[in-house]
Amino acid sequence: MNFVRLSLVVAAKDLRSELRTKEALNASLSFALVILLLFSFAFDPSSEQIAEFSGGLLWITFAFAGALILNRSFSRELANDCLDVLVASPVSGAALFFGKALANYALLVAVEIVCLPVFGVFYGVRWTRQFWWLMLVILLASWVMTVMGTMFSALTVNLRLRELMLPTLIYPMLIPALMAAMQLTTLILAGSPVAGDDLIWLRLLTGLAIIFTSLALGLVEIVLVR
Amino acid sequence: MRERVLYALGVAAALLLARNLYVILLVLPDEAEQGAIYRIIYFHLPAWFTCFAAFLAAGAASAGYLARNDSRYDALAVAATEVGLAFCTIGMVTGSIWARNQWGIWWTWDPRLTWALITTLVYGGYLMLRRAIEDPNERAKNTAVLSIFAFTSVVITYKAIDWWRTQHPGPVLSFRTGGGKIDPAMESMIYVNWAPFLMLAVVFVVVRMRQELARRELDALRRFAHAM
Amino acid sequence: MAAVAVDGVWKYFGDFPAIREVSLTADSGECLALLGRNGAGKTTLLRILAGLSAASRGGIRLFGQDARSVQARLRTGYLGHGIGVYEELSARENLELFAKLYQLQNPGKLAGEWLERTGLDRAAGSLVREFSRGMRQRLAVARAFLHEPGILLLDEPFTALDDRAIQLLEGLLQAARERGAAVVMSTHQLREALELATRVSLLVRGRVAYSGPRTAEMLADPGWLYRHYGEAT
Repeated sequence: MNFVRLSLVVAAKDLRSELRTKEALNASLSFALVILLLFSFAFDPSSEQIAEFSGGLLWITFAFAGALILNRSFSRELANDCLDVLVASPVSGAALFFGKALANYALLVAVEIVCLPVFGVFYGVRWTRQFWWLMLVILLASWVMTVMGTMFSALTVNLRLRELMLPTLIYPMLIPALMAAMQLTTLILAGSPVAGDDLIWLRLLTGLAIIFTSLALGLVEIVLVR
Repeated sequence: MRERVLYALGVAAALLLARNLYVILLVLPDEAEQGAIYRIIYFHLPAWFTCFAAFLAAGAASAGYLARNDSRYDALAVAATEVGLAFCTIGMVTGSIWARNQWGIWWTWDPRLTWALITTLVYGGYLMLRRAIEDPNERAKNTAVLSIFAFTSVVITYKAIDWWRTQHPGPVLSFRTGGGKIDPAMESMIYVNWAPFLMLAVVFVVVRMRQELARRELDALRRFAHAM
Repeated sequence: MAAVAVDGVWKYFGDFPAIREVSLTADSGECLALLGRNGAGKTTLLRILAGLSAASRGGIRLFGQDARSVQARLRTGYLGHGIGVYEELSARENLELFAKLYQLQNPGKLAGEWLERTGLDRAAGSLVREFSRGMRQRLAVARAFLHEPGILLLDEPFTALDDRAIQLLEGLLQAARERGAAVVMSTHQLREALELATRVSLLVRGRVAYSGPRTAEMLADPGWLYRHYGEAT
C-alpha cells in the first residue's frame, strides 16, 4: 500500500511544518473568533431566533476560517521550488494530494472543534446535546471542504492572485455541501433527531464526499505536471 | 463550419425569431391568470434550455480536451461557457422581470433563480481563472479540470436546491406533468422559439471558437517573432 | 539501452515551440553537458527529463521507461534552480523525508550518513531557515544524491555554489559516474562543465546545433562551440 504510506509521509511533513510555525493555524483561529464576534453584532445573540441561524452561522465561520488553511496547501511548496522536487519524486500526484488533504483535514477539524465551545458560550447554544451527530456532520462536510480546497489550491498554485482566486472559485461549488451542513447542524443544535426527510442531507454530504474525492484523485496529476 | 453556413444559420434564426415575435405578440391569446406578461415565458424557458445545453457542451468539451489534448476542444469549452453564461443571464433577467410583474419583487430565492445565480458565479470563476493563466496549455488544462468540477457541482446544486425551497411555479410542460396544464399551442411555441435561440447560440459559439483559436495563433507568432 | 534517450521531442508553450525536434542520448557513465544561451531550451528539456513537464511530441525514455513513470523517477535525481529543501524542517528531517519518499530503507541512518558526508552533521538538528547559503546548497546536493540515482539531472549546478559546495558536487559526480550513473548537466559555466563532460550538446533556439563527444579543442577554448555553431538555426 505504497499510496497510503506515501500519503502519510506527506501528511506528516505538512503537519510538522505547520505545527512548527502555526501561521495558518493562528490566522484561521483568530479569524473564526472575529467572525463569531462580528456576527454577535449582526444578530442579537440572546434572542430565541438564534436557534434558526445557529447552523448557518457556524458553517459560515468554518468556511471562511477554513479557507485560510486550505489556501496554503500547495502554495507552501513554492518556496525553494519544493513543489518541483515533490512532483519529480516517485510520489504520485494522487498520493501527494491525499497526504496534503489529510493534513489540512486534521488542522481544519482542530480549528472547528476549538470553535465549538466558544460558539456555545457566545451564543448560548448547547452543542453537546447530540454530540456524535454533530461530529458526523462536521467530519463529513469538512472533508468535502478540504478536498475542494486542496484541489483548487493545486489548480491555482502558480497564479499571482491565488489568495483571491481560491475563495472565489470554491465557495459557489461548496454551496450544496454548506447547505446540507447548515440544515443538519441547525436541526442537531435544536435537539431534534436527524431522521426521515432530513436524512437526505446526510446522503447528499456523503455523495459529495465520494464524488469530489474521486474527481480530485483522478485529475490532480494532470494539474501538477506542466 | 464554413462562413456561408454560419450566415445562413444566423439569418434563419433571425427570421424565425421575427416570425415568432409576431405570433407571440399578436396571435396567441393571453393566459388565463397572468395576462399579457406571461409571454415572457417564450424567452425565459428557451433561454434556460439553451443555457443547459451550452454548459453541457462545455463540460463535454473540457473532458474531451483532457482526453485528446486538442486545442479546439478548449476553444469550444470557453466559447460554450461564455454563451451559456449569456443565456443564463437572459434567463435570470426575464425571470426577474416576470417576478416583478407577478409578485411585486425583483428577486426571490426560489430554486431556479438561486441556482442560476450560483451557476453564474461558478462559471464566472471559470472565466476569471482563464484570464489569470498566461500559458495557453496550462490555461486549457487547468480550466478544463475546473470545468469538470463546475459542471458536477452545478448539476448537484440543481437537485439540492429543489429540496431546499419552492416558490417557483410548478412544472407546466407536458413532459413533466403528462399534459393538461398548458394550452398545446402555447407549449409548442415554447419549443418553436427554442429553435432560433439554439441556432443563435451555435452561431455565437462557432464565432467565439474561431476567435479563440486565432488569438492563440497570434500569441504564438508574436512570441516566435520576439525570439528571433 | 541508453540511460537517457530523447527522441524527436517537441515542447510547445501555446503554439510556440520551445524545443524543436531534439534527439540525444546519454549512456551510463557518461556526462552530457547541455550548452546554450538563455532561452535555448535547456531548462525546459531538463524539466521534461525530470518528469515535471510533458513533451508535446516525441519520446523520452529513462532506462527504457517513460520519464513520468514511478520506476524512472525512483532512479532520477534532480537539482534545479531552487534548492528544494524545506525551511521549517531541520536538515535531518529534510533528508529523512526524501529518503522515505524515495522508499529507501533505514531513512534515519541514511540521513545521518549524508549529513556527515556533506559536513552538516553538527547542524543536523537546526532548521534550514538558520543555515547559511553554502550550507543550504550542500543540503540540496545531498537531497539530490541521497538515493544513489542512476540518472542525475542538474540545471546550472555551478551557478550558485560556493567553493566547498563545488568540491562536494564534483566529488559526488565523479563517484556517481564511477558506479555507472548518467549525468545530464546544463550550464553556462563552460570551464567547469567541460572538464567534467564526456559529451556535449549545444542547443540553439530549441534545436540541437551540435552533438558529439567533448574534444580537447573545446576544453582548451570553451567559446569554440558557440563561435562555430552558435548562429545556426
